[in-house]
Amino acid sequence: MKAALRPGDAAFANVEKVNAELFTLTYGAVVRQLLTDHEDVDDVNKQLDSMGYNIGIRLIDEFLAKSNSAKCADFRETADVIAKVGFKMFLGVSPTVANWSPDGKECSLLMDDNPLVDFVELPDTCQGLSYCSILCGVLRGALEMISMRTEVRIVKDMLKGDDVYEIRMRLIETVPEELPYKDDE
Amino acid sequence: MATTACFVIVGKNDSPIYESEVGSGPRKDEAAHLHQFVLHASMDIVQDVVWTTQNMYLKVVDKFGDLFVSTYVTAGQAKLMLLHDLKSEDGIKNFFQEVHELYIKILLNPLYVPGSKITSPQFDARVRMLAKKYL
Repeated sequence: MKAALRPGDAAFANVEKVNAELFTLTYGAVVRQLLTDHEDVDDVNKQLDSMGYNIGIRLIDEFLAKSNSAKCADFRETADVIAKVGFKMFLGVSPTVANWSPDGKECSLLMDDNPLVDFVELPDTCQGLSYCSILCGVLRGALEMISMRTEVRIVKDMLKGDDVYEIRMRLIETVPEELPYKDDE
Repeated sequence: MATTACFVIVGKNDSPIYESEVGSGPRKDEAAHLHQFVLHASMDIVQDVVWTTQNMYLKVVDKFGDLFVSTYVTAGQAKLMLLHDLKSEDGIKNFFQEVHELYIKILLNPLYVPGSKITSPQFDARVRMLAKKYL
């Protein structure tokens, strides 16, 4: 446990920091703008998710370059690294990994503290808004780049009255790496 | 605690964005209208007084019978106005300052459009709690 925490702290110390309020309000402004542009809240959720995906497929490179993490043997280890190093590095929080399904392909990340949602309170008009669905996209995008196809969704949201944030990750399949050339070429 | 007290936040463009009757006395519907009317009438005075001082807390700006109107103007020109029948300047000042902080929290919420009505039930509950504490 101790050993697993340490790389997270080291990675956290290595990355550049930005003022938390600036970060929170910038993300807030993005969501606000999306709400203005799209009439339907579901569209906003989708848009946030795809923005997250675009972040994730780039972020994974940064993560691998700076975190010095070794290759993960299985999905359990991957989830652990995401929680302890990935989240710590980019959001400054460490969620706990819990609720594993028996086959080891589905788990939850539990967060008490989420820097994205400081100040936020959902008004009645956007109760369907999944404010943090960008995180799902980031995870999905990042994992896809390291050949794991996943499905990520938010199942508990403190903005909607739950006591914790729960992000559910399900490994659909591990895509074998494709070589860009064939033997006969 | 004051028996009559009516608290209103007026936005920058002079439209009310939050109002509540926070007095401990029995609630009367016609009184609520009267309170709004008195507060509305004193807004002109507020606009004059606001240039005479650097403080946000303008103290008592207007009187109507035995009712007083105290006002606090934030930097964003939102006016926090309180109609009350007891004179307790310190309590009211503290009340305004803490409501100001709550108001800032509301403004920081990215999903709140500045100048629109404050509908948050938490805000309402907290304002009432502060009113109980200070007025």
